[in-house]
Amino acid sequence: MEKTTSIKSVIDIQNLKIGFGNLQVLNDVSLQLFDQENLVILGKSGTGKSVLIKCIARLLKADKGTINVLGEEVNMLKAEELNNIRKKLGFLFQSGALYDSMTVKENLEFPLRRLKKDLSQSEIDAKVIEALANVGLENVLNKMPSELSGGMRKRISLARTIIVDPEIMLYDEPTTGLDPVTAEEISELINDIQKKYKTASIIITHDMECVRTVADRIIMLKEGIVYKEGTLSEFENSTDSYISSFFKTKKIS
Amino acid sequence: MKKIIPIQNFKKYAVDKTIKVSEKSIEKTSKFSSFLVDTANVFLFLVRVFKNTFSKGFEFKEFTKHCFQIGNKSFALIAITGTIIGLVLTIQSRPVLVKFGALNMLPNMVAISLIREMGPVITALICAGKIGSSMGAELGSMRVTEQIDALEVSSANPIKYLIVPRVLASTFMIPLLSIFAISMGILGGWIGANIKGDLNFVLYISQAFGKVEFMDFIPAVIKTFFFGSVIGLVGCYKGFNAGRGTESVGIAANTAVVTASFLVILVDLIAVQITDLFL
Repeated sequence: MEKTTSIKSVIDIQNLKIGFGNLQVLNDVSLQLFDQENLVILGKSGTGKSVLIKCIARLLKADKGTINVLGEEVNMLKAEELNNIRKKLGFLFQSGALYDSMTVKENLEFPLRRLKKDLSQSEIDAKVIEALANVGLENVLNKMPSELSGGMRKRISLARTIIVDPEIMLYDEPTTGLDPVTAEEISELINDIQKKYKTASIIITHDMECVRTVADRIIMLKEGIVYKEGTLSEFENSTDSYISSFFKTKKIS
Repeated sequence: MKKIIPIQNFKKYAVDKTIKVSEKSIEKTSKFSSFLVDTANVFLFLVRVFKNTFSKGFEFKEFTKHCFQIGNKSFALIAITGTIIGLVLTIQSRPVLVKFGALNMLPNMVAISLIREMGPVITALICAGKIGSSMGAELGSMRVTEQIDALEVSSANPIKYLIVPRVLASTFMIPLLSIFAISMGILGGWIGANIKGDLNFVLYISQAFGKVEFMDFIPAVIKTFFFGSVIGLVGCYKGFNAGRGTESVGIAANTAVVTASFLVILVDLIAVQITDLFL
């Protein structure tokens, strides 16, 4: 059953263009993310999905177009204002991006110390424990990232992302490289986080099981433009050969 | 013999030739423009590092951590290398000085060589290999695994958090390591002097420093600060700007060593020329 979405948009992207050298990656992309919805972005590798969410967090700067996040135009923001917007964004990187030289505890404390400077040590400790409990990994507090499995690293990374209570979550291929059972657990976690923290999320994925578990709405990118937008059932029942190739492949497997 | 083009083939020949010339000039232009882009990137990086060094919010904990790592990583290697350099210098110089009847100048010659040139340059070259490569590889791997992006999302300024402490640690630790290398070299010189002779340590030290002036130390110490900053900046620049693939980590580490070593020699040449103007 598909979840209902409210109409307030938290991200509004209009006519976004970005390229690297001669390669135009995104060519006039416009989309909206609504409050408390899970928006899945699908597309073949190299269609600019990761580039799109990196533009939202302004890890990459768009060549043209506007990206409005929670009422602020991110391309126009100064460093301090950008930090204020980033406080409200949670970004789960494809590789997890845990800091190798820090323990799990230090990894989780790091964004809190940077973004919530008024917290006391006891409050930080409590938040770390709570975030780890949310991802079901309370017993790895003093381990180094290198001692954790791929699934555990993704969960810790997710804990680090939600620890600052973001309003918007950006997931870059959250289930890539994980076994089906762990991938399913991560997909369920995405839903749990959305319910618990009332976040709006953009999920970039190739994992169709993940799409079926989390998607309220789907946008498909093809050659740098929005190819189709719709609900899961609209995509599953589509007669378009390009769209059905995504859904059929996974049904067979 | 000159090639004769038949008139009926001349049009095709001219078109082919024009295309070839255009392709070559486009290739040359793109090489030149990529060189300009690289130069601009280096300049912008230096400006960002400089600005962040003097802005508020210095990462002191990171700075001390990197100072310890640089000192700890290179301490044993510098000690052994410094001793060997002093030893070799003594053994190699001894026969020549004996020929000229100037054997009593040996400790002084070893000390001045080590203080003015050998100590700082050898230390800087070892550190270019050890520290430059480690900075290049560490930051390169952080770039590849998106840790630098994660820092930015957490509102940490990567230049301030990652680069400035490393560059400053390298700038402050390499002079200390150079002084240590010089001390070990002088000790090695004493060991060398005693292989074929019998020289009291106190006498050796008094002969070694007898003609060493304060102005022998100053330019040598000043240039080690420049060596340190060059090694830190090159290592950090190469790692921070590494590409996205895993092979770029190796490339970053490798080019950091090569570039830093070359720049150390270049800075040394400039330092020697400047010193020569004043002494």
